[in-house]
Amino acid sequence: MAEKKDYKVVGTRPIRHDGVDKVTGRALYGADFQTVGLLHGKVLRSPHAHARIKSIDTSRAEAHPGVRAVVTAKDFPAVEDKIADLGEGAANVKDLQDNVLAGDKALYKGHQVAAVAAIDPHTAEEALELIDVEYEVLPPVIKVLDAMKEDAPLLHEDMHTDEMGEKSEKPSNIAAHFQHKQGDPEKGYAEADVVVEQEYTTETVHQGYIEPHNATALYNPDGQLTIWCSTQGAFAVRGQVSEILQIPVSKVKVVPMEIGGGFGGKINVYIKPIAAMLSMKTGKPVKVLMSRADVFEGTGPTPGSYVRVKMGATNDGRITAAEAYLAFEAGAYPGSPVGAAAFCVFSPYKVENGTVDGYDVVVNKPKTAAYRAPGATNAAFAAETVIDEICEKIGMDPLEFRILNSATEGDIRIDGPPAPRVGFIETVEAAKDHPHYSAPLEGENVGRGVASGYWPNFGMKSSVSINVTGDGTISLVEGSTDIGGTRASIAMQAAEVLGIPAESVTPTVADTDSVGYTDVTGGSRTAFATGYAAYEAAQDVKQQMIERAAKLWEVDPEEVQFADGVFSSVNGKEQEIDFKGLAERLDETGGPVVGRGTADPNQPGPSIGLHVVDVEVDPDTGKIDILRYTATQDAGKAVHPSYVEGQIQGGAVQGIGWALNEEYIYNEKGEMTNASFLDYRIPTCLDLPMIDAVIVEVPNPGHPFGVRGVGETPIIAPPAAIANAVYRATGVRLKELPMSPGRVLKAMGKI
Amino acid sequence: MSKEKEKDQTQGTSISRRSFLKGVGTGAVAASVAPSVLIDAETAAEAQMGEEITRAKIKLDINDKAYEVEVESRTTLLSVLRDGFDTSGNRVDLTGAKPICERGECGGCTVQVDGKAVYSCMTLALDAQGKQITTVEGLADGDQLHPVQEAFVQHDALMCGFCTPGFVVAAKSFLDQNPSPSHEEIKEGLAGNICRCGTYPFIFEAVKTASRKMGG
Repeated sequence: MAEKKDYKVVGTRPIRHDGVDKVTGRALYGADFQTVGLLHGKVLRSPHAHARIKSIDTSRAEAHPGVRAVVTAKDFPAVEDKIADLGEGAANVKDLQDNVLAGDKALYKGHQVAAVAAIDPHTAEEALELIDVEYEVLPPVIKVLDAMKEDAPLLHEDMHTDEMGEKSEKPSNIAAHFQHKQGDPEKGYAEADVVVEQEYTTETVHQGYIEPHNATALYNPDGQLTIWCSTQGAFAVRGQVSEILQIPVSKVKVVPMEIGGGFGGKINVYIKPIAAMLSMKTGKPVKVLMSRADVFEGTGPTPGSYVRVKMGATNDGRITAAEAYLAFEAGAYPGSPVGAAAFCVFSPYKVENGTVDGYDVVVNKPKTAAYRAPGATNAAFAAETVIDEICEKIGMDPLEFRILNSATEGDIRIDGPPAPRVGFIETVEAAKDHPHYSAPLEGENVGRGVASGYWPNFGMKSSVSINVTGDGTISLVEGSTDIGGTRASIAMQAAEVLGIPAESVTPTVADTDSVGYTDVTGGSRTAFATGYAAYEAAQDVKQQMIERAAKLWEVDPEEVQFADGVFSSVNGKEQEIDFKGLAERLDETGGPVVGRGTADPNQPGPSIGLHVVDVEVDPDTGKIDILRYTATQDAGKAVHPSYVEGQIQGGAVQGIGWALNEEYIYNEKGEMTNASFLDYRIPTCLDLPMIDAVIVEVPNPGHPFGVRGVGETPIIAPPAAIANAVYRATGVRLKELPMSPGRVLKAMGKI
Repeated sequence: MSKEKEKDQTQGTSISRRSFLKGVGTGAVAASVAPSVLIDAETAAEAQMGEEITRAKIKLDINDKAYEVEVESRTTLLSVLRDGFDTSGNRVDLTGAKPICERGECGGCTVQVDGKAVYSCMTLALDAQGKQITTVEGLADGDQLHPVQEAFVQHDALMCGFCTPGFVVAAKSFLDQNPSPSHEEIKEGLAGNICRCGTYPFIFEAVKTASRKMGG
């Protein structure tokens, strides 16, 4: 249904509505929220990676001057062991509670154990030292393959593996094993001229959003709870808090403040229920802020993983069979993104014979959370470097190989469903045609690599309402928190329908009582699905305005046309009025006009990209420098091209950080030893070249303007592309992330 | 070196910021700069119950406005800007500088002190006395944005916007010192600030445009 036409607003680059607020310091983020009578909460965290909590004595803390309340897991209401549909996925409510405040066991260093509300932050911190917790320290298990061993220490003594639907007899750290299969892999390998099989490991990495988690809660005696916070989904917070504290959703109001980055990591709740519990106990508003170390140690990173990929191909470059074994660390509770990894690992390609095995494994690390295309980067690091090895063995250009093996619409995937239309060949062609790909590489120890990345994108639910203002503008009320410019890209879609400039839309992100249900800002869904709801709301406004014009001219609504922002009567030649003119005359035609739109679109349209990178490797230090970077991506239709470019560049930057530097480093006690921005190095501007973002537009048939989500895909390809470039530069294939100087030197046999 | 001092130095690597600041100060507890007007009698009495508290009334010149604030020796400039009250009980309320790492690792709390960009999380309020402090809120002239602010909006040099106040102040300060920088100099000059959304390419463009606007 995508319209192919010249748009007036979609595809242009207006100034963002919230720009001035954000450059002047006026934009209010969660930690900036203030109110009278505020108490401050602090959280006691487990110093041990794995320990039984034998007792917690809070009496000394409670008696400390200035302390108003202390909470522990004992203050939770009892919950059933049930699965609730929340945020970006389902979760066990008991696990959610246990993760917010540890019950019988602390399962990672940094696990929240108790919390204090006091008259100021220092007093609250003093009081934490007065909480006496008796721990029985247990051996931790940190790495996925260690946790899968028969004799590994068990995190959950009552957890049995869900082995393709059957429960295992013995308890295990393996929460689940699933398998997708198609065709006959053995037959496929028999037809192959080359078969490559390699093993890969990746370490735990963090989203690294620079705004720490925050929450201020106020519980009123009438049972109404209000939470001010930064979050990717106000309704997801409402749902989780409601389940954890067993309060009806109608009694929870979440007010989303501006959000300082999320990348998937600000969907799960940690301190929000704690702020609420402390407010329930004190009757006062309570604010809880995390420190940077709290964020690293206590919030969901993305998993470390072990991935094995085997692939066979003929000498003329056709894939004959492929297999992937994916073992992912879920963190302390089940629920790693191994399912998404299994979906994405071979998605760009037509694979007639293949199997994909996925294992979801608990370890003594924080429960993992989503991180920009969760799971896909780990999987692509393996699959895209195996493909590179095959191309080298058969002497084929890696872009030609991808064009030859590209899945086309309707091809049956290994996991069953048919592949939808996506511009894979178009993005590969765009990379081939880019001057970067044919530019000569000069100097020693330099190399060029390529890799692709695929993400299915999500639709999910959104609501938008539009109020027409007497001065010809509209106010647009939405439930999607704006992390990277979606106020503008959503406003633009409404403006397009109504034939008004983007500047005539005033977008507002509303609280959960003031807008219809809206799922999280995640899954690359916001410009797509909330944009779709804005399109529907604007259509509703348009229809109502047509009726108003008809009333004004005393004709039937069918006789009123609307084009390019002007209403005109089909019969009456002189009757014409623009949107602004009609908006000024609402009072004489029946009063206010309010449009509404909801969306739950089922064709988000996948996204795909192809990255090209040049690197230089210092053979003495093992340091990798990125010399040049080009990323192509299918955006369907880029609503605001600058934002699409920004997402492509931003995702590539995060992928480069993951590839080169970022990892959680653990000691033998299972303690993270680098929980700061000095020791967990994320890229600064010194680490990066200019990144050339190339937008390819193959319209998504599931959206009125052809939009595809773009935010997640660009993080997927960088580690594989860089590893392939490093191979060209050094002759050595890196199979571990990150490719830090030490690992590079080791792989080169220098240390 | 005495044994005691040696011990202090080895501990120095793992010491927490709070205990560090406590060491610098007097080991004081209880309310830092909370306003008397908002504290009830019980709270005030409790605050008195703590160990000896050393507080000082100091004057700070922030964005060309004089503030008298009561601080402890451990109070950081960032904490005064965001959570402090003047002695009349009015909130300073300058929340543009952000608490992100509170260890001088990210630049999100950058302000200008006597024309120089500093991390306000690493600056004690006491040390800012008698100096001219400019925060992101003080850059615009009424409704007229500073050229750096204008350029950041024009080039969309922000995504989530959380690092933006720090980057804007750092960029302004950098251009004050180097009015017509090269691309490499901009990278060097802004390397003390982190943007996780990865908007660096747009930030570079914004700084170049601002440089031209400022006559550099």
